[in-house]
Amino acid sequence: MREGANPILALRGVSKQFELQGERIEALRDANLRVRPGEFVCLIGASGCGKSTLLRIVAGFETATRGQALMWDRPITGPGPERGMVFQDYGLFPWLTVRANIGFGPSARGRPAQEVKETVERFITMVGLQRFADAYPHQLSGGMKQRVAIARVLANEAEIVLMDEPFGALDAMTRERLQDELLEIWQRTRLTVLFVTHSIEEAIFLGDRIMVMSPGPGRIDTEFPVDLPRPRDVVAADFNDLRRELSLKLHSDHARKAA
Amino acid sequence: MSLTLETASAAPVTAALPEAAPISSSSLFSRLRNPLLAVIFPGAMVIVWHLATYGQKYSLIPPPSDVALALWDLAFGGINDDAYSKTLHIHLLASLSRVYGGFAIALSVALPLGLLIGRIALIRRVLDPTLQVLRPIPVTAWLPLAMIMFGLGPRSAFFLVCLGAFYPILINTIFGVRTVDQRLFEAASMLGCQGTAQFFRVVLPASLPAIFTGLRLGLGFAWVVIVVGEMTGVQTGLGAIIMEARQLSRTEIVICGMVVIGVAGFISDRIVVVLGKRLLRWSPSFA
Repeated sequence: MREGANPILALRGVSKQFELQGERIEALRDANLRVRPGEFVCLIGASGCGKSTLLRIVAGFETATRGQALMWDRPITGPGPERGMVFQDYGLFPWLTVRANIGFGPSARGRPAQEVKETVERFITMVGLQRFADAYPHQLSGGMKQRVAIARVLANEAEIVLMDEPFGALDAMTRERLQDELLEIWQRTRLTVLFVTHSIEEAIFLGDRIMVMSPGPGRIDTEFPVDLPRPRDVVAADFNDLRRELSLKLHSDHARKAA
Repeated sequence: MSLTLETASAAPVTAALPEAAPISSSSLFSRLRNPLLAVIFPGAMVIVWHLATYGQKYSLIPPPSDVALALWDLAFGGINDDAYSKTLHIHLLASLSRVYGGFAIALSVALPLGLLIGRIALIRRVLDPTLQVLRPIPVTAWLPLAMIMFGLGPRSAFFLVCLGAFYPILINTIFGVRTVDQRLFEAASMLGCQGTAQFFRVVLPASLPAIFTGLRLGLGFAWVVIVVGEMTGVQTGLGAIIMEARQLSRTEIVICGMVVIGVAGFISDRIVVVLGKRLLRWSPSFA
């Protein structure tokens, strides 16, 4: 793992505009961001603040209108396996079993069958889905699907995992469980995570840093470092202080926009 | 890996596992219930048919008992000993070969064409308007042209059956390819599967349920048009004996032909459905 000043991911003055029914929409204006290897960065903001757009530019699904998105100092030109994406709606291949979904990346990239098999077993075990290895996605609960989606990008040697409100569609209990599991995997594998959420608590619980974004035009507004020790206690006083601070910040953005 | 997340394996199993057989299905009654319900209506129809025709001197429609005897004679002989006796297998085989032959030709053209039209905008713009104009033309309307182009006999029959099966396969394949969830392309490309590789790893499997629906409809249509297909001067076939018996006023043979087409079409559809359930057990709409 490369350390030091060299960021794994850097956005320099990234802007994105698109046309919607003849109207010019500024989805993202002048976004700057540096993510160090192994860092867990959360993006938070109301809808329309450009957080998903930013993530999709990093993923390579969209290109920036202006500015540059760099991974290891090289411009991002399209999607790639080193940047794994976890979607809110899972994006699993319904015709493949859990095992084959996790093996999709390695086998599409031409890894030898034996190696794919070993990798798949390792990551099925990591997310605790051994009993469901031969099940199809439609037979799984939301939490299990999201575990498969996470295992799928890890099995594909992703260096940075981009997560677009991955737990937004899950019930509260499952969400908390998956947050714990994600943190455990992150700490063990020294992954880099860029995590989009609209939950203040989730952002504070997970992130090393929280980038607060605001809408109209979408931009990165403020940065909150989270210096709380891990594992974090969601009912601790300092957790609550930060939650209040963030909440005020987000609501003032909201109020300003409404005014 | 020893660092397994224990939380996950201890998680309550909320997955909807494949549906287990209903608990009381072992009792004879519940197993026979659906078939019994299914025969009530046709049974009543046969009774009405019988009451309306049996014993009537100048009825143009033979009573069901006559048709049953004719069907037995058609299949096994020994009753009328005429030109139709014991010929059912010949006609059934001839029709089967045309239905499946025409269907196979339709499949071999419509499937690749549908994949191309669905996937490549240029091909779609070139071909789709023409196909949309050709599609409403009934197979019957093609009969004279088919006989000029392919002559009297089985080649015209294959052409017409093929035409009947062609559009359902084509339209559903195009639909399947066009409605692949965009998310799956994103998922594939971020996993390192890009460009033409996506065709076999994403487009084809994702469109299989729709393609399969097309196959099922296409095969159904192949049976529907078999009578028209065998109006092309072929000597054998269920359609051919229906048209011939009609000219001879052998209405019981006409009805026999109808019954056999119905049953054969039904069985061939069941086979396709069973195959589909096996191949598409991953799909919530088929499993």
